[in-house]
Amino acid sequence: MEKIITIDNLIFEYAHSEEHSRQLALNDVNLDIYAGSFTAIIGKNGSGKSTLAKNLNGLLIPTSGVVYVDGYDTADDDTIWEIRQRAGMVFQNPDNQLVSSIVEDDVAFGPENLGVEPAEIRRRVDKALEDVNMGKYKNKAPHLLSGGQKQRIAIAGVVAMKPDIIIFDEPTAMLDPKGRKEIMKIIAELHEEGITVILITHFMEEVIDADRVIIMHDGNVLLDGTPEEVFSKADIIKGANLEVPLMVELGDRLRAQGIPVPKGIIKEEEMVKAICQLKSQN
Amino acid sequence: MIRDITLGQYYPGDSLIHKLDPRVKIIATLLFIIELFIVDNFIGFAICGAVLAAVIIVSKVPLSFIMRGLKPILFILFFTFALNIFMVKGEVIWSWGILHITKEGVRIAVFMAIRLVLLIIGSSMLTLATKPLSLTDGIERLLSPLARFGFPSHEIAMMMTIALRFIPTLLEETDKIMKAQQARGADFETGGLMKRAKALIPVLVPLFVSAFRIAQDLAMAMEARCYRGGDGRTRMHEMKLKKRDFIAFALEAIFLAIVIIEARMF
Amino acid sequence: MSIKVTKLNHIYDKGMPTEQAALVDISFEVNDGEIVGIIGHTGSGKSTLLQHLNGLLKATSGSIEIGGVDITQPGVSMVDIRKKVGLVFQYPEYQLFEVSVAKDVAYGPKNLGLTEEEIDERVREAISLVGLDYDKVADRSPFELSGGQKRAVAIAGVVAMKPEVLILDEPTAGLDPKTHKDVLGMIKEVHERTGNITILVSHNMGDIAEMADKVIVIDSGKLVTMGTPQEVFSKGELLKSVGLDLPPITEFCNEIGINDTVLSLDEAVGKIVDLIKE
Repeated sequence: MEKIITIDNLIFEYAHSEEHSRQLALNDVNLDIYAGSFTAIIGKNGSGKSTLAKNLNGLLIPTSGVVYVDGYDTADDDTIWEIRQRAGMVFQNPDNQLVSSIVEDDVAFGPENLGVEPAEIRRRVDKALEDVNMGKYKNKAPHLLSGGQKQRIAIAGVVAMKPDIIIFDEPTAMLDPKGRKEIMKIIAELHEEGITVILITHFMEEVIDADRVIIMHDGNVLLDGTPEEVFSKADIIKGANLEVPLMVELGDRLRAQGIPVPKGIIKEEEMVKAICQLKSQN
Repeated sequence: MIRDITLGQYYPGDSLIHKLDPRVKIIATLLFIIELFIVDNFIGFAICGAVLAAVIIVSKVPLSFIMRGLKPILFILFFTFALNIFMVKGEVIWSWGILHITKEGVRIAVFMAIRLVLLIIGSSMLTLATKPLSLTDGIERLLSPLARFGFPSHEIAMMMTIALRFIPTLLEETDKIMKAQQARGADFETGGLMKRAKALIPVLVPLFVSAFRIAQDLAMAMEARCYRGGDGRTRMHEMKLKKRDFIAFALEAIFLAIVIIEARMF
Repeated sequence: MSIKVTKLNHIYDKGMPTEQAALVDISFEVNDGEIVGIIGHTGSGKSTLLQHLNGLLKATSGSIEIGGVDITQPGVSMVDIRKKVGLVFQYPEYQLFEVSVAKDVAYGPKNLGLTEEEIDERVREAISLVGLDYDKVADRSPFELSGGQKRAVAIAGVVAMKPEVLILDEPTAGLDPKTHKDVLGMIKEVHERTGNITILVSHNMGDIAEMADKVIVIDSGKLVTMGTPQEVFSKGELLKSVGLDLPPITEFCNEIGINDTVLSLDEAVGKIVDLIKE
């Protein structure tokens, strides 16, 4: 597979002007993200996961080390807009990222900034709104929509820029369960259409469909691998004050009770199957 | 209540007036205001009133909705009326103690009142029949020739767009904070002016904090969406003057001519 | 101390074309010392109900008796209601405004007209009740604290008013799993130490199953069902019809054919062991 993002020896420090102190947020991170993949990044608050996300499209520039997006260096001012067009970003707060008081004008904001032709913007906006199932709300005001709907508009605004990569920075943290499900479904659909997805989250249920899970802890990569690989190391995850998905926890407890459910089960369907099999064997 | 203010409010519709190019409507409104000050006799005001009435009828905005917008300015209306009627010197037609009403006073007071009413209704027609966003677009494009001289026309329009977007959000936020502080025993309704002003601090501080947080988040989101000022930016809604816009312009020009001629004649 | 809500109705914009019934004939009782969970999807009327209990909204009809006093009666003073009922809103850290943590927590007690000594004592008590170290945080600006600490300070601000009924609207919204657990633990701690009635609104069914003695389900302003978590979460179909889920572990146990309403992981492990070894 082709690398689309390369992170080499990334160190990032926040400078606090008042105290002359510096806070190390990322300490020597090395990662490659492959085109078309779905990568989930988990970590508790302060683990550096959001700082990492903002380093991926040049919203933050490395203190040292380099980040390449599709071959462009994020520290290069001349190509920063190339990077941001390719790597779109959806943020946590659904309210604070919409610019316009009319839905379709908000979706048009990105393509307008890119200087796209008006007729083409129109096509992209209509398509993007259809993609997130918000076509019939195109003339509504965002403040009349629910949190999940606003977040769908924010996604449409990024989709309309035709990015190769979308970075989702805790997109569901402020939503109710219904909104959360809607957003996760859309993220899965975008991934299927070939978009490289990077999902920052602290909800374990949201990462089990990813093809790669990265766990951040204290500014470093603690674990990196397929969900099965990563969650088989439950002790390391718990040691970092994080939780594991419910099914992993259940599997561990059952094995401790002498029930031989196989290791590496993270999805509910698989656990149901495993338990039913054991039941029929007895 | 905030809800009662129609001045600056938009009344959704798809009438001919709604469809006109915002630039045409802005210029027409400015001309209408100028005309109101050229006019100085009843026939002139009658012409202006008739034109405005025609615009209202075509726009299909209900009259009751427009009239509600006049309520907040009733006080100003009475005040200027009283000021004019008693202060203007001339032929006295009625007096009581130190108060005198003159013929000229009545004339000026009545004209001023009519002028004010027409002015308010006329300018509120602009906002009632134009989407706020097309209004800011129109202003941006009308001011764009000034950008060559360093005038920040794009930035001003962007600021207005963002303000329109976040006014409802901040109103909601204010309501939430007020309720939260009320639940902690805050009292916004009783006491003297000082006490009430002081009671607002627990609302204003969190509101400012909120506003700063929104600004910070929004700036980052705009940057992530490749916003870099007005240069090289295209727009989804192109503004092209259509036939109806030229007709509206022609009508406005004729109207202006009539007003000027009429003012000269009488 | 108990709460008795009888035939509570609330109509927004009564007599206007936008008239809308937000609460319809809501009746329930809460006994002394109970933790009550209120669930319902966004816009179901939960928040409207909470604001009635605190006197922020006025009932169109019906009564709310708290400790034998009907707070919907015109003669009841707001201060009296707020001494009895504390309300913590969603994202309460957004209401912090003072220069120091201690001053912010003191705001509520001050509004109750207490003496300096009483206020100071309550502030100390409330800050330690929510799991913070008074000496470490009292003089710091609330704005420099971490997200979880800010929320704790905001909750302390209401706890310091010593309400006999503490209502929390989505107290764990937007928190990471660790802080989420801390806040739930803190709410339990406050409940146990003060013996108050706690009313908890949450979208997290797992939390409700774990915390509540009684669960109230609201949909379109109506009370759909009410009972122990066992009773309510045994009605999976009914909950789905009003847009709610079962706690994940309950759902899972249903799927593998355990018919009892399982509410915790421990219970689930036991039942699954039985199921397989049978």
